Amino acid sequence: MSTHVLSLLVEDKPGLLTRVAGLFARRGFNIESLAVGHSEIEGLSRITVVVDVENLPLEQITKQLNKLINVIKIVELDPEQSVAREHMLIKVRVDNSTRSQVLEAVALFRARVVDVATDSLVIEVTGNPAKISAFLKVLEPYGIKEIAQSGAIAIGRGSKSITERVFKN
Amino acid sequence: MSTESLPTSTPAAPANAPILTGAEAVVRTLELIGVTDVFGLPGGAILPVYDPLMDSTKLRHILVRHEQGAGHAAQGYASATGKAGVCIATSGPGATNLVTAIADAYMDSVPLLAITGQVFSHLMGTDAFQEADIVGITMPITKHSFLVTKAEDIPATIAAAYHIASTGRPGPVLVDITKDAQQAEVPFIWPAVLDLPGYRPVTKAHGKQIQAAADLIVEAKKPVFYVGGGIIRSGASKELLELVDLVGAPVVTTLMARGAFPDSHENNLGMPGMHGTVPAVLALQEADLLITLGARFDDRVTGKASLFAPNAKVIHVDIDPAEIGKIRAAEVPIVGDLKDVISDLIDTYKATPGAKKTDFTEWWSTLNSLRKEYPLGYTPPTDGLLAPQHIITRIGELSGPEAIFAAGVGQHQMWAAQFIKYNRPNSWLNSGGAGTMGYSVPAAMGAKVGEPDRVVWAIDGDGCFQMTNQELATCTINNIPIKVAIINNSSLGMVRQWQTLFYDGRYSNTDLNTGHDTIRVPDFVKLADAYGALGIRVTKEEEIDAAIKLALETNDRPVVIDFVVSADSMVWPMVPQGVSNSYVQYARDHAPTWDTDE
Repeated sequence: MSTHVLSLLVEDKPGLLTRVAGLFARRGFNIESLAVGHSEIEGLSRITVVVDVENLPLEQITKQLNKLINVIKIVELDPEQSVAREHMLIKVRVDNSTRSQVLEAVALFRARVVDVATDSLVIEVTGNPAKISAFLKVLEPYGIKEIAQSGAIAIGRGSKSITERVFKN
Repeated sequence: MSTESLPTSTPAAPANAPILTGAEAVVRTLELIGVTDVFGLPGGAILPVYDPLMDSTKLRHILVRHEQGAGHAAQGYASATGKAGVCIATSGPGATNLVTAIADAYMDSVPLLAITGQVFSHLMGTDAFQEADIVGITMPITKHSFLVTKAEDIPATIAAAYHIASTGRPGPVLVDITKDAQQAEVPFIWPAVLDLPGYRPVTKAHGKQIQAAADLIVEAKKPVFYVGGGIIRSGASKELLELVDLVGAPVVTTLMARGAFPDSHENNLGMPGMHGTVPAVLALQEADLLITLGARFDDRVTGKASLFAPNAKVIHVDIDPAEIGKIRAAEVPIVGDLKDVISDLIDTYKATPGAKKTDFTEWWSTLNSLRKEYPLGYTPPTDGLLAPQHIITRIGELSGPEAIFAAGVGQHQMWAAQFIKYNRPNSWLNSGGAGTMGYSVPAAMGAKVGEPDRVVWAIDGDGCFQMTNQELATCTINNIPIKVAIINNSSLGMVRQWQTLFYDGRYSNTDLNTGHDTIRVPDFVKLADAYGALGIRVTKEEEIDAAIKLALETNDRPVVIDFVVSADSMVWPMVPQGVSNSYVQYARDHAPTWDTDE
């Protein structure tokens, strides 16, 4: 599978997410993950979308997205030149015999425990997809009860920003 | 159009601004952006707008009988005049009745502004009476859609919508306005400030790309101008003519581009594609260079895309970057407005070394022998009924190149594209991409409103005509004297043709009982009469010219001619679906011998 990370600067307008998601659906583009949040400029949001481009060239996806009136800028983030993170909350089964082992794994992966019960822990972990999947593999034998996961968010390395490039011209 | 020409001056101080209701602002804004004609039908949620509309002296509102008619009329208006068409409908079913026309305009890049009423904003989302999420419904089929819930947003939104619809690659834009926004009173501020940071269509191409295109043309031995509807939308026919005369290469004009380049010109090989002429289809297949101008490699043109024009390099010019490389990779991609790009290409080509030495003699001799061997023609039917191709040819000849022809969808559309000679852009209107049956009568009506001094024909089928013929009432009452030629083969003819060819002649549900030797339900002459139109039935060859002439002389009411034709006439040439265009058949079981040499 060949995936690419796109960062979209968009106007924060009602229905924007529907437009983006609908475009992906009707053009047959595959979304791996999608994360939306405010940008540093009021009225503008930032979408990080990970796309699977096995069947369609990335160029066609970005051109179609660019045609959406509310999309202001699209940048493909090169993995070497950017930082990408996913966020996950994991509810794992524990008992007196396993709790310390799980806590050890939490420490190793620099994760955090955010809820404790007699028979479970809720763990928060942040990282790149590889780290998160490795962490899940370690927790699996104890019994994972529930997972909530964000899509990847990503940002370019260095001092340049996507908004600065837009508003310069 | 660059964004600099937008009305972006500072808003006038609200103290000086007149206080208008949102509804009055809708009417005032339309007047101020230069709209003169709108097509629509009122209902609860758009009622406030209809009140000031009644007093407007600048806006002519034409009351249609079905909102789909308003949509197609606005399309016909736009396609005939080059100006955006405007339609208005109420919420819910009024708005959804516009959907077909909006989808049609999206496929054929027709500048269309659709204004719909929406229920009160506090009722939205509650399944209120006549509520439909029309913004959501039309998202995939509009260039953009707006929901307006505040009166103060109306002028800028309508101005922005009109701007988006008319510029770049034209298309439909919908503005949905809640009833409370129409009723509220606010200062009317004009010029409106357009805030469209994400909309910047590229019109001027890079000089480097233009030079690369000129170089490819100079090198080519077998180039073809593959001309699409973009030439018409851009208004680039004059520039195209100059370029073709300069280069000397053959031209094919797609279904959407009929009239973009004169049929009377020696270099025009006609229409390519599934029902294209043999020379046009095979010219593309044999070409070593496609000079693609505002065309989009539609499957009805390419046949099996992977086998289309297999030896050709491609120059692809389009204002929509997403069209380039969508179906076929281009050696020289050029994004820009054709009018500008072709002008630049003319200058660049003239200055390119070797341009004067291009010699296409050999290429032309191949093409000319194809032209000689496979001219456009037809076999007269053997059942004694009229040949539709002959009727359509005569309509074209007697009406002349200044007329406008709007077709429905099906066999009659293909014959009208083939057998009428178009020498002027915006003279041929049809539903090319969407293939919307029922387009013709309302589109002709809209065209006649936009171009009242021209003869406007609706060339329709008996199936299509029954989908939207109620707009004849609109035509009669509003003095819009269109002429309708029903090519009445008593069936859904194109479907029937496929049943003949691919389903062993099993005619499942294609018989309409409107023609020869049937009970004639409905009787089109009586129907015309009921609508106050002149109805004429033509069953014999010697009646054809007289009926067309009578129609051309009758301008005090619409005319409907019921041409009773053979159901067995078929559209040829034809490339069966899903195969290489090299398998084009000139007539049934008659493939060009030229092809078998391959």
